[in-house]
Amino acid sequence: MLALVIAFLILPLAALISYQPVRELLHGFGTRVATDAILVSLKCNGIAFALMVGLGTPFAYVLARARFRGRSVVLTLVELPLVMPPAVAGLALLVAFGRFGLLGGAERALGIDLAFTQAAVILAILFVASPFYLRGAIAAFSAVDLTLVDVAATLGAGPLRRMLSVAVPVAAGGLGAAAAVAFARGLGEFGATILFAGSFQGTTQTLPLAVYSLFDANLDQAIAIGVLLIIVSAAILLTAKLLARSWNSSPTSRFPGGRSSFASG
Amino acid sequence: MELVADITLPRRSFELRVRLTLETGTVALVGPSGAGKTSLLRALAGLERGSRGRITLGDELWMDTEGRTDLPPEHRRVGYLPQDYALFPHLSVAGNVRFAARRDRPDLLERLRIAHLASERPQELSGGERQRVALARALAREPRLLLLDEPFAALDAITRDHVRSELANLLPTLGLPTLLVTHAFEDASALAGRIGVLDRGQVVQLGSAAELLESPATQLVAQLTGANTLAGIAEPAPGGSLVRLDGGGALRTSEHASGKVDVAIDPWAVTFTEPNASELTDTVVSASPERGSLVVRLTRMTAKLPLGVNGGLPLVAGAAVGLRVAPEDVRVFAAQAHTGDA
Repeated sequence: MLALVIAFLILPLAALISYQPVRELLHGFGTRVATDAILVSLKCNGIAFALMVGLGTPFAYVLARARFRGRSVVLTLVELPLVMPPAVAGLALLVAFGRFGLLGGAERALGIDLAFTQAAVILAILFVASPFYLRGAIAAFSAVDLTLVDVAATLGAGPLRRMLSVAVPVAAGGLGAAAAVAFARGLGEFGATILFAGSFQGTTQTLPLAVYSLFDANLDQAIAIGVLLIIVSAAILLTAKLLARSWNSSPTSRFPGGRSSFASG
Repeated sequence: MELVADITLPRRSFELRVRLTLETGTVALVGPSGAGKTSLLRALAGLERGSRGRITLGDELWMDTEGRTDLPPEHRRVGYLPQDYALFPHLSVAGNVRFAARRDRPDLLERLRIAHLASERPQELSGGERQRVALARALAREPRLLLLDEPFAALDAITRDHVRSELANLLPTLGLPTLLVTHAFEDASALAGRIGVLDRGQVVQLGSAAELLESPATQLVAQLTGANTLAGIAEPAPGGSLVRLDGGGALRTSEHASGKVDVAIDPWAVTFTEPNASELTDTVVSASPERGSLVVRLTRMTAKLPLGVNGGLPLVAGAAVGLRVAPEDVRVFAAQAHTGDA
């Protein structure tokens, strides 16, 4: 039974990787479509990732500590994109930020047009991937012993230093694991991007979109890009696992509150 | 430098109100768990929301609810040691101290004998070492007030004795007003010149350890200082009163009392006799030598005898014995509805 399950999981991967000789595969990595898609993916995911971590970390920190009315509503809102079908997310973004959408008038007045631009790719990735980071980051910050942050305050650290020098490093394993999962999700983003940003080679065509557009024209190349995505995703998954492991065995979670001290002075 | 605080803190079932003046030297507040000891320290440090009142240190105003002043903790210059020390797990010993000083303080590491541990992580340290690191870190802040929350709670019994005498030597050299809270009277008496007893949100007695031992003001003070307490009903009798104890038996006291009372008896005031020669009998649960005394645990109280003195009675588990307490050693308090477990 177990062998069957493993075979089922491995077989498609093996088929994809062994579909063509390694030389063909490497050649597929180097085609214009592929390199364009790699660049678009790297740039858009890089920017989205920076925004997600830069803005999401303080947001998660505040949300993990603050107790206010409607907190559970905010937490649910944060997680909503997790269960929303990506195509629906793309539609939602289009009718919110598209030319004829909710904010379309305001955007025209400011001379911006978001839909079908690289900015739209970044927004789509942010919308779909950042909930994975926020959820993990809130959990990681919630697990930080509050006494540590309080003591930091008595030692002269203001709110920003308490977050950056105590809470973030103590929660680093959990934050890293959440960021890795979110990055992988963003890298594979397809549905929201194709609806909101379209698939234009060199501007909005990310790696998953390139796979789709090459599917009819050149299956060999599509598969080459697919293999590339698998390699990168596997590397990210491994990173996330390692980070999560280091987090689970970190001193704060092993000795809650550090109370298990023992031995002589 | 003098700390003057008048703090009111809402608790679940009562309000904590503490007025205290601290000068250089150590004051301990002793109370049962739940008395609000930790909350009081946190309020002084500026960490407890919902506290009201006024706190001044020297000419600095830290809190004045009426004047809407409430200095955040990072501006109060307080050295706060929580129960578990809360060392930063991601920083080395030197890093923990550097966090507070914003520079290296090898002199402090040296002084607290942790220089050899400078590069260790807190999780590698023993309980006593952790406490020294926490102290070094607090002192690196150059505090003007030191707050210690159950400084020995995280230590095993052997380490506890050792660390306690260490701290007793160190504290007077700091020249800081120091407030220590603990549930253990012996910790307070080892470290503090003055001891306050906290019960249901109030300081019910403040004095030296000797004063508290000699004349406890309430049943809880007696209990905390190690006395046995029993409930009963008092009636006038020649030379004082007779207390008929709940659960049978009676004790004579030289104090005048009537109605529902609690009596307190120090463990060393109890002597043993034949069961039929006393108005109060009990059964031995265990008898064991501890620190130079024979500690006899009975079902209703604990007695301490000098080693080798047992009145010729077999003090073995299950033995029935008569108990004798001199009437002047039986102290009487008006009965309290609760037993201090609030």
